[in-house]
Amino acid sequence: MKRWLLLSLPLLILAGCQSSQSALETHGPSARHLGDLIWLFSGVATVIWLLVVLVMLVALARLPKHAAEGRAERDARMKPVVIAAVIATAVIVTGLTVASYFTTRAIGEPREAVLDITVRGQQWWWQFLYSDPGAGGFETANELHVPVGKPVRLRLESPDVIHSFWVPSLAGKMDLIPGRTNVLTIRADRPGVYRGQCAEFCGIQHGHMSLFVIAEPVEKYEAWAALQRSAAAVPDDADALAGRTVFLSKPCAACHTVRGTEAKGKTGPDLTHVGGRGTIAAGTLDNTRGGMAAWIADPQTVKPGNNMPLVTLAPEELRQISAYMESLK
Amino acid sequence: MSEAQSVPPSDTEFEDGIVEERLRRLWARRRGFWGALAAVDHKVIGRRYIATAFVFLGLGGLLALAMRLQLAAPEARFIDADRYNQIFTMHGTTMMFLFAVPVMEAMAVYLVPLMVGTRNIAFPRLNAFSYWTYVLGGILLWVAFALDVGPDVGWFAYVPLAGPEFSPGKRADIWAQMITFTEIAALSVAVGIVVTVFKQRAPGMTLDRIPLFVWAMLVMAFLVIMAMPAIMLASTTLILDRLVETQFYNPAEGGDSLLWQHLFWFFGHPEVYIIFLPAVGMVSTILPTFCGRPVFGYLALVMAMIATGVLSFGLWVHHMFTVGLPRLGESFFTASSMSIAIPAGIQIFCWLATLWDGRPRFQTPLLFIIGFIITFVMGGLTGVMVASVPLDTQVHDSYFVIAHFHYVLIGGAVFPLLGAIYYWFPKFTGRMMSERAGKWAFGLIFVGFHMTFFPMHMLGLMGMPRRVYTYQPEMPWGNINLFVSLSSLILASGFLLFFIDVVRSYRRGEEAGDNPWGASTLEWAIASPPPPYNFRRIPVVESREPLWDCGETLPVASGLRLDRRELIVTSVVQGLPEAREASPQECIWPFWAALATAFLLIWSIFSPWAVVWGSIPAAAALIAWFWPKGTPEDEG
Amino acid sequence: MNAVKGRTVLFVVIAPFVLTGAALGWLRESRSYRTAPPVTAELETSRLLPIGIGGAPAEVYFASGSVYEKDAYNLSQGKRLYDWFGCPACHGDGRGKNGPSFLDGWWLYGPDMVSIMASIRNGRPHGMPAFRDRMTEEQIWQLAGYVETIGAYKALIAAPSRNDGIHTRPSENRAPAVILFEQGPVGNRREQGPTP
Repeated sequence: MKRWLLLSLPLLILAGCQSSQSALETHGPSARHLGDLIWLFSGVATVIWLLVVLVMLVALARLPKHAAEGRAERDARMKPVVIAAVIATAVIVTGLTVASYFTTRAIGEPREAVLDITVRGQQWWWQFLYSDPGAGGFETANELHVPVGKPVRLRLESPDVIHSFWVPSLAGKMDLIPGRTNVLTIRADRPGVYRGQCAEFCGIQHGHMSLFVIAEPVEKYEAWAALQRSAAAVPDDADALAGRTVFLSKPCAACHTVRGTEAKGKTGPDLTHVGGRGTIAAGTLDNTRGGMAAWIADPQTVKPGNNMPLVTLAPEELRQISAYMESLK
Repeated sequence: MSEAQSVPPSDTEFEDGIVEERLRRLWARRRGFWGALAAVDHKVIGRRYIATAFVFLGLGGLLALAMRLQLAAPEARFIDADRYNQIFTMHGTTMMFLFAVPVMEAMAVYLVPLMVGTRNIAFPRLNAFSYWTYVLGGILLWVAFALDVGPDVGWFAYVPLAGPEFSPGKRADIWAQMITFTEIAALSVAVGIVVTVFKQRAPGMTLDRIPLFVWAMLVMAFLVIMAMPAIMLASTTLILDRLVETQFYNPAEGGDSLLWQHLFWFFGHPEVYIIFLPAVGMVSTILPTFCGRPVFGYLALVMAMIATGVLSFGLWVHHMFTVGLPRLGESFFTASSMSIAIPAGIQIFCWLATLWDGRPRFQTPLLFIIGFIITFVMGGLTGVMVASVPLDTQVHDSYFVIAHFHYVLIGGAVFPLLGAIYYWFPKFTGRMMSERAGKWAFGLIFVGFHMTFFPMHMLGLMGMPRRVYTYQPEMPWGNINLFVSLSSLILASGFLLFFIDVVRSYRRGEEAGDNPWGASTLEWAIASPPPPYNFRRIPVVESREPLWDCGETLPVASGLRLDRRELIVTSVVQGLPEAREASPQECIWPFWAALATAFLLIWSIFSPWAVVWGSIPAAAALIAWFWPKGTPEDEG
Repeated sequence: MNAVKGRTVLFVVIAPFVLTGAALGWLRESRSYRTAPPVTAELETSRLLPIGIGGAPAEVYFASGSVYEKDAYNLSQGKRLYDWFGCPACHGDGRGKNGPSFLDGWWLYGPDMVSIMASIRNGRPHGMPAFRDRMTEEQIWQLAGYVETIGAYKALIAAPSRNDGIHTRPSENRAPAVILFEQGPVGNRREQGPTP
C-alpha cells in the first residue's frame, strides 16, 4: 500500500499542478542564472528602445530653426552627440558581453554529479539510460526522475537525427547530435514536475516530443529507482494476465522490452514500468487505460508518422493489453 | 569606302532632339513574344524581377496564414503534420530565397544604373540569364509543392534529417536544387552590380559621391559573392550524399553532421545582411528627401555598412550556440555577434540626427521609415539577446527567435522596401501611388505586425519551441496563439491593401513628373518611366547631391557613338572617364541557357548522368550566346 | 497588346514546368502514414501457389498503387525494418551471411513481391523464421518491397539511398545487384535450399 502511494506521487503531481515549461519560472540554479540574464538584457533593451523612440519622436515633432547657422555648423554640433551615443553603445555591448561571460561561468558544470544518465533522443521519444555501477542500470522513457538538489549529469546522444534537450525551468537547451556526445548538468531545487520538449526540428512529429523531469526527494527517488531496476511483476488481475499473453504473441514484443518476459525488442520504449508514467507517446496522451487503448488501437491517427504501427487487435485483446500496460507499475 | 563614312556618328555633333531620336531607335526594345524573352534592358529585367519577387511574397504570406490557422488552437487538425512541415519549409525558403534576396537585388538592378548615371547594367545578358534562372527555380519549388513533393526539412535543411536516410524521396533534393538555381541567379546579378558600380559611374562620381543606396548595394553584392558559394557547396554535397552516396555528412564514414551547419550558416548569417544592407541604403536615400537635407554622417554610414559586411562573416556560429561549443569559442562568438550592434547603432544615430535637423514631410515612404526605426531597434536589441551564448540557450529555436528575426527582417527590411516601393513607384511606372491607401496600408501593416509578432517573444520565453505543428492543450500558450493568429489577419489585410494599391496605381495612378519628391539623386533627372537609354547624355557629377546642387541643368559628357549602344567606363576611385564601351543588344540565348541549365539541374536530382548529358545543351546555349553576332557592339 | 504578350510569355515559361511537374507527379510521393485496417486485412489474402513460390497479391494491392514497391517512403520504412527486425544477423547487408544473399541473382523462393512477402511472413525451411507474429502485415509488405529493391537489376528512382552508418555496399538506388553481379556470383549455398 505504501509503495502504491509512493508510486502514484508523480501522477498526483502531474494531475494536481501545472507542470512548468518556462524560461521565466526557474527551478534550478542554471535556469535561475539565465533568468536573471534575460531580465537584465530585457531591462537594458527596453530602456534603450524607449530612449531611441523618444529621441525620434522629438526629432519628428520639433521644427528646427535653420536661418541662423549653416548646415555644416549644425552638423558639427550634432556630431559629438552622435559619437557619444556610439561610444555608449559600445560600452553597453561590452557590459552585456561581460555579463553573459560571467553567467556562462556560473552555470558551468559542477565538479561531481551524483548521477550519470544517458539521454538518447529518438524520433519521436526520449530514452533514458540510468547507469549505476553499484546497483545496475535500467532504462525508462520520456520521464526523467532525478533526486532534488543534486546535480545530475546528462550525456546527450542521438541514434538518428539532431534533437535538442530543453527543460526551460531547469536549464538552457543542448543539442543531441549523432556521432557526438554533449554533456548537460541539471539540478532541480524543488520537488516538482518540469516539462521539456525537443527544440530542434526532428521530423514529422517534432511537435509531439515532450519529456518530464520529475524531481523527488532522495529517498523517494531511491525507491523509484529500486522499483525500476526490478523486473516487471506478473499481474494478478485476470484481464491483465490475458493481456500479457496477447502482448507477447503479437508484434508488440518485437519492438518493446518488458523485463522479466521474453519481450526484448529494442526499437520502441522500454515498457517494464510503463504503468507508472504520467503520459504516453512522449507527452501526447495521458496514461490512463482509455488513453493507452486509444494509442494502441490507432497510433497513426493520434500521432501520424510515428514509428509505432497499427497492430490489428480484437476489442477484447485491446482491453486486455491496456489492462496489462496499466498493471506495469 | 570614303574617309567620312568610316568615322562613326557621335552625339557631340547633333542637337538634343536628334540625339534623342537616334538613341530611341538604337536602344529600342525588341517587340513581340521573342523580343520579351530576349530583353536585356536592366529596367525591364528589374521590373520583372521585382514583380516576380512580390508574387512570391504573396505566396509565402498565404503559407504564413495557413500556419497561423493551424496554430490558432491546440491540437488543431486543420493541416496535418506532414503538410505543415512542408508549409513552414516552403514559407522560409520562399521568403528568404525567392523573395527577400531577389527583391533587394532587383531593386539594385533597376536603380543602380540609373543612380550612377549609366545606360545599362554591366553584363546585361548575364542579368537576363539571372532572372530566367531565378524564375525557373521558383517554379520548380512551387510545382513540387503543389504535387506534394515540397521539401519538409526546414529552410535550413539540417542533416541528418535532410540526408538520405531520414528524408526519403525527392523532397529534400528539390529544396537543395532550388538553392542552386537561386544562387546562380544571385551571383550573376551580384557580379553585374559590382562592375556597374566600379566601372560605369558617371564621370566625376568619385567614391565619396556615390549615393548611399549604391554603396549598400555594392556591399550587398560583395556579400553575395563571398557567402553564396558556401551554400552552393553545401546544397551540392547534400545532393551528392543523397544521390550517389558520398559521405560528406555521415559521421560513421568520416563525415560530420555539424559540417552542414557551419557551411549553411556561413552563408546564412551574411544572408541576413544581404537582405538588411539594401534596406539601410533605401532608408539613407529616402530619409534625406523627406527631411529636406542630406543624410547626416555619410562617411560614417558607408563605413558602418562595410563594417557590417565584414563582421557578418565572423558570427555564423551564433546560430549554433546549442551544439556544444568549446568555452573559448563561445566567448569569441558572443563578442563578435554583439559587436555588430555598434555599426547598427551608428546607422540608427545618423538617421536620428538627420531627422533631428530636418523638416520631415509625413508622406508614406517616411512613415515606413519611422515604422522601420521603431521596429528594427527592437529587433536589433533582441538580436543582442540571442547573441549572448548563455541567453541563447534558453531562447534558441523557440518562438522568441521567430519574433526576433521577423522584427529584423520585416521591420528591418520589408518596411524600408515598402517605403522604397512607394518612393520609386513613380519612377518605375510614371504614376504616383495613393497617399491615402499608403497611409492605411502602413497603419495596418505596422499595427498588425506588432500585434502578431510581439506576443511571440513571450511565447518563446514561456517555452514554446519553433517548428511544431501543434501544441498540447495543457500548455499555457493557447490564448496568445489565438491572439497572434487573429492579429496576423490585420497584417495580411495591410499587405492586401498594398497590393491593390499597386495594381490600381499602375493603371490609373496620378501622373508623376520627373522628380515628384524633389529628390537629389540622378534617377530623378530623367523622365518617369525612364527611356530605354536612361540618359540622353551621360551626366557629369560634381557633388553628392547632384540634383539639389545643380538646379535644373546638369553638366553632361558627350562623345558617345550614335550607331551602336555605348556607355562610358570610368576609373574606380576618381570616376574619371577611361573608355567608351559597347553595351550589348537584345539576345535570346540567355533565356535558352537558363532553360538548359534548369534542364540539367532538375534532371540531376534523379540521375548523376544528367551532369554529363545535360551539359551538352547548356554548352550549346552558351556557345551560341558568346558567338559574335556581327552587330556594331561586337567591334573591339 | 501588352497584356496578351505577357500572357504568352507566362504560358511559354510555365508550360515546360507544368510538364516537368506532371512527370514528377507520376513519381508523386503522396505519403499515407496510416493504412486502413481493412486494406491490410485484404492484403493478407494474397495467394501463394501450392509450391510456395510465386502467386498473386490481393487486388487491393494494385488498387492502392503498389505503393510497397514504388513509393519512396514505404521503401525507406522497409529499409529501417530490415535493421530493426534483425535481418542483418543472417543476411548481412544483403549479401548474405548464414542466410542467402539478395544480390547474387539467385532467388531460392522467387524474386516477386508475393514470394518475398511469403518468405518473411511464413518463414522458409533451413532457418528463415516466420515474422507473422512479430511484424504487422503492412510492415511485412514494406520490408518485402525493400528486399526486392536490394536485388533489383535496375535502380528505382524511389529506392532508398545510403544510411548514416558504415558503408559496405552500393546503396539501393544504385542497383547494387548489377554492380556486384558483375563481380561474379558468390555461389549458392546448397544447405539453404533447393537449387533453382
